[in-house]
Amino acid sequence: MRAAEQLAQGLRMTYREACRQAIREALNDDPRAFLMGEDVGLYGGCYAVTKGLLEEFGPERIRDTPLAESAFVGAGIGAALAGMRPIVEIMTCNFSLLALDQIMNNAATIPHMSGGQFAVPLVIRMATGAGRQLAAQHSHSLEGWYAHIPGLKVLAPGTVEDARYMLKPALADPNPVLIFEHIVLYNAEDELDPAVTSVDISSAKVRREGRDVTILTYGNSLPKSLEAAETLAGEGIEAEVVDLRVLRPLDDATIFDSVTRTRRCVIVDEGWKSGSISAEIGARLVEERFFELDAPLRRVCSREVPIPYAGHLEEAALPQLPQIVEAARSLMGRK
Amino acid sequence: MSEKPHLDRAHGQHLFKEMLRIRRFEARCAELYQAQKIRGFLHLYDGEEAVAVGIMQALEERDAVVATYRDHGHAIARGIAMGPLMAEMYGMLEGCSRGRGGSMHFFDRSKRFYGGNAIVGGGLPLAIGVALADKDLRSGAVTACFFGEGAAGEGEFHECMNLAELWQLPVLFVCENNLYAMGMPLEYAEAETDIYRKASAYRMPAEAIDGMAPIAVEAAARRAVESIRTGNGPYFLECRTYRFRAHSMFDAQLYRTKEEVALWKARDPLSRMQAWLQESHMLSSDDLARIDGEVEAEIDEAVAFAEAGTWEPVEDLERFVLMDEVPE
Amino acid sequence: MPALGADMESGTVTEWLVEPGGEVRKGDVVAVVETHKGAIEVEIFEEGVIAELVAKEGDEVPVGGVLARLAKPGEELEMREEPEAAEEQGATTKPGPAEKAPAVEEPPKIAPPSRPKAEPPRPEVPAAAARPAAETRAKVSPAARRRAAEIGIDPETLEGTGIDGSVTLADIEAAGHRAPAARPKTAKGKPDKARGSFDPIEMRQAIAAAMSRSKREIPHYYLTIIIDMGRAQGWLEDYNRERPPEERLLPAVLPLKATALALKQVPQLNGFWEDGQVARADRVNIGWAIALRGGGLIAPAIRDVDTLSPSDLMAALRDVVARARSGGLRSSELTDPTFTITSLGERGADSVIGVIYPPQVAILGLGRVSERPWVANGRVVARPLMVASLSGDHRASDGHTGGLFLSALDRLLQEPDAL
Repeated sequence: MRAAEQLAQGLRMTYREACRQAIREALNDDPRAFLMGEDVGLYGGCYAVTKGLLEEFGPERIRDTPLAESAFVGAGIGAALAGMRPIVEIMTCNFSLLALDQIMNNAATIPHMSGGQFAVPLVIRMATGAGRQLAAQHSHSLEGWYAHIPGLKVLAPGTVEDARYMLKPALADPNPVLIFEHIVLYNAEDELDPAVTSVDISSAKVRREGRDVTILTYGNSLPKSLEAAETLAGEGIEAEVVDLRVLRPLDDATIFDSVTRTRRCVIVDEGWKSGSISAEIGARLVEERFFELDAPLRRVCSREVPIPYAGHLEEAALPQLPQIVEAARSLMGRK
Repeated sequence: MSEKPHLDRAHGQHLFKEMLRIRRFEARCAELYQAQKIRGFLHLYDGEEAVAVGIMQALEERDAVVATYRDHGHAIARGIAMGPLMAEMYGMLEGCSRGRGGSMHFFDRSKRFYGGNAIVGGGLPLAIGVALADKDLRSGAVTACFFGEGAAGEGEFHECMNLAELWQLPVLFVCENNLYAMGMPLEYAEAETDIYRKASAYRMPAEAIDGMAPIAVEAAARRAVESIRTGNGPYFLECRTYRFRAHSMFDAQLYRTKEEVALWKARDPLSRMQAWLQESHMLSSDDLARIDGEVEAEIDEAVAFAEAGTWEPVEDLERFVLMDEVPE
Repeated sequence: MPALGADMESGTVTEWLVEPGGEVRKGDVVAVVETHKGAIEVEIFEEGVIAELVAKEGDEVPVGGVLARLAKPGEELEMREEPEAAEEQGATTKPGPAEKAPAVEEPPKIAPPSRPKAEPPRPEVPAAAARPAAETRAKVSPAARRRAAEIGIDPETLEGTGIDGSVTLADIEAAGHRAPAARPKTAKGKPDKARGSFDPIEMRQAIAAAMSRSKREIPHYYLTIIIDMGRAQGWLEDYNRERPPEERLLPAVLPLKATALALKQVPQLNGFWEDGQVARADRVNIGWAIALRGGGLIAPAIRDVDTLSPSDLMAALRDVVARARSGGLRSSELTDPTFTITSLGERGADSVIGVIYPPQVAILGLGRVSERPWVANGRVVARPLMVASLSGDHRASDGHTGGLFLSALDRLLQEPDAL
């Protein structure tokens, strides 16, 4: 099928459009669902994800909020406690820090602290990541931070398909689910498999099979890792690329299974190394699969600096193709 | 529901008894804390009883409550049985939060009691969310949100004043202004010490009332709830009150004088209510003895309930970290 | 090729009991291997599918050499290319020790699984030349280390091809694979032997090696005790009186059981000397020394002796003796003993002072039972007496411990009902 035909049939779309369709579907399917956040209505979304939805659903269901992250995230939690199914959009994860009290002290604790009397069926979507020269305060990758917190689920769609289908199970989940949409991926375009109409939010996915080395990654590092695998294949190194997709709870089984087969592992994570999700995965591998490892672990992460504005510096700060290739290659030893 | 309280003999005695229940419960808590039956942080409500009791008179079953970490009074006045409250502080499975919350985190789904919240100001966003849901669901319910004057220093407070008024949410904001945020005196903390004016600045109907007078609080609460239910958006009551005991159990109270405490104790809502009822021939000495006996018996029973409690099995430690379903 | 004892160097595959593609489960017997101790059934310790039979029937394979490749459940059956690559590496990265030091016959050092490494003389000079940084610890990947232990290769003797020169899994597999070819055949050749027979000359050599090593390395101490066997014999006669011959107990059963129970009380003697310390065994598997008819000696394990009733123990003893003599022992039976008893029975001597079978840490020698004068209650009486002699590894225990063991043994034999 040619691209134009797929577009005509609605199968080919951007990650952005996939997010939009997912929200539309959620609002159509459940009258308790509504979207709330900064500039989601009149403006159409900072990244234009929600463009057109206000006209379609009205201001009560596409609810513009003032710049008050703590209040509207907390309001989402309260509304979820009281029977609604809110989707809260935080414009970028950098601003989520202003709502951290609500996310961590309320959403993540109340079900457990109330002895199971209350659930928080809430979805918080936020844009994450760097790569658009937005400088340090708009380029954080905080998904690994949130993955630290018991009581939350943390998703990182790295494909158009996941962007399209993860919201539905997230909203159906009785727990607070955070979805991190990578800003660089919004323009990514792909065709959807018409046979796929849903995805799970519990498993990692092998996006490319390989026997020599496992590359564990997610988000915008997924396309980079797939490209790296392509390069490595040219050198006779078959890399397996695993899309983590779900950062909490981690799908240990898929991770362990892949690394047990390849016995070598590179973790690619746009977060910083120190105290990161890559550190967590590495520790789990060493704890649980030490004797399967045939080489040290390697991590390709962001440099430990606030992400700078200048293009060449930003590029140098983020995980890039050559580093991923080199990390994988180095684990193969003498060839 | 009418705006004015009907101050007949029965209701007068009811207000008095509700406050006495709280006062005696707190006294027993202090005793049990020293006996190490209750652990952790313990914040007692003595002196502020008129606020919780007065406000709750205006609420109906469908309404919701968001409380603070000083939540014993709110929970008792809301009608949660003392047994589960005491068992909660004992850390027992039979506690109102299975022993997972303790004194600061009473929860009761059946009473729409959304928890004692131990982050100052942290309950306000929750309350507007509950109110938003009630508004969207057209339930007609009101959410009473309690917080201290210390919360006015938090950004969340202002975000929520604005949002509640902007979205015309059915929230009754109840500021329990007891003059000290832990040990921080109000005049050291706020440029504007009239807290209700901050709400007014967000165009919210707001007033300051005598928080040591249960009848005044009840009257104001009925006014406010009436206004909220008729669709006029949120309402703000600053209840000026005083806590007689220390902030928590380990507090030398260096920040206030004994004279000041004595001055406020002269305005004790409980003894003033008793004197007024007796003067008005609405409370005989027989009544007093009966009420006293009932309250003591209720507390004894609550302690026995807690003492007979069981520990939650350690195997259940991780239960409810993630929920399997949304409780109906 | 599994290591079945500290003294085993190689084995010859006489029969494959599985085929490529066949499924195997843990504990299945997959092959019969002839050793200087007779034909041994080789058990497998993993689950999976046989991918390839690397060794052919008739091949002699050194310990640690690859007999077959196993695919884990779900794993593809295709062969990996490593063997060829490994052979190339073998040719280029390390001079075959045989070229420089013909006295040493196999390149990989042999180690029985989870046991102290056997200590053939080290090729000191070539090894030092092969790895200049001999002082530094070799880099061996976790997976390689585990596999090396499984197949009995010392990974530190290999030249690694992994990152920073580390020894990888592939290096281990390659070493295991090329080992058979690397080992020169002995000039004299092998007589074609039927299953169950053994080579008395090799058997003699093996015993020589193990006993020399024991006497060279293990500082023995010796303790003896004289045990009145009257009660035990009386009990045995009562037991056997009403029973047909096939159900009767041999006299050996009671001291065997008593030894196991004494070892439970004094566990310091039940286990192995490993890496400079005692590793106590959880189970009491007693090696029972069996003299073979053609000469030589083998001591297969009777497992969990402490838990067996006298009749079960008798059955186990009969079974193992029969199989030892017919060549039907399983490989694990030779590696399992945690303690050994040597008893020369009625034909033998008054006392036996045993030589410890490494890496075990003690051996009990039982002399024959014979009537001798004995003082009881101040009077000299004739009693059936037996001299029990304990040889202990002084690195692992002291005489005091040995004494506790012998007195426990004596006590237990005075109460045969409790056995």
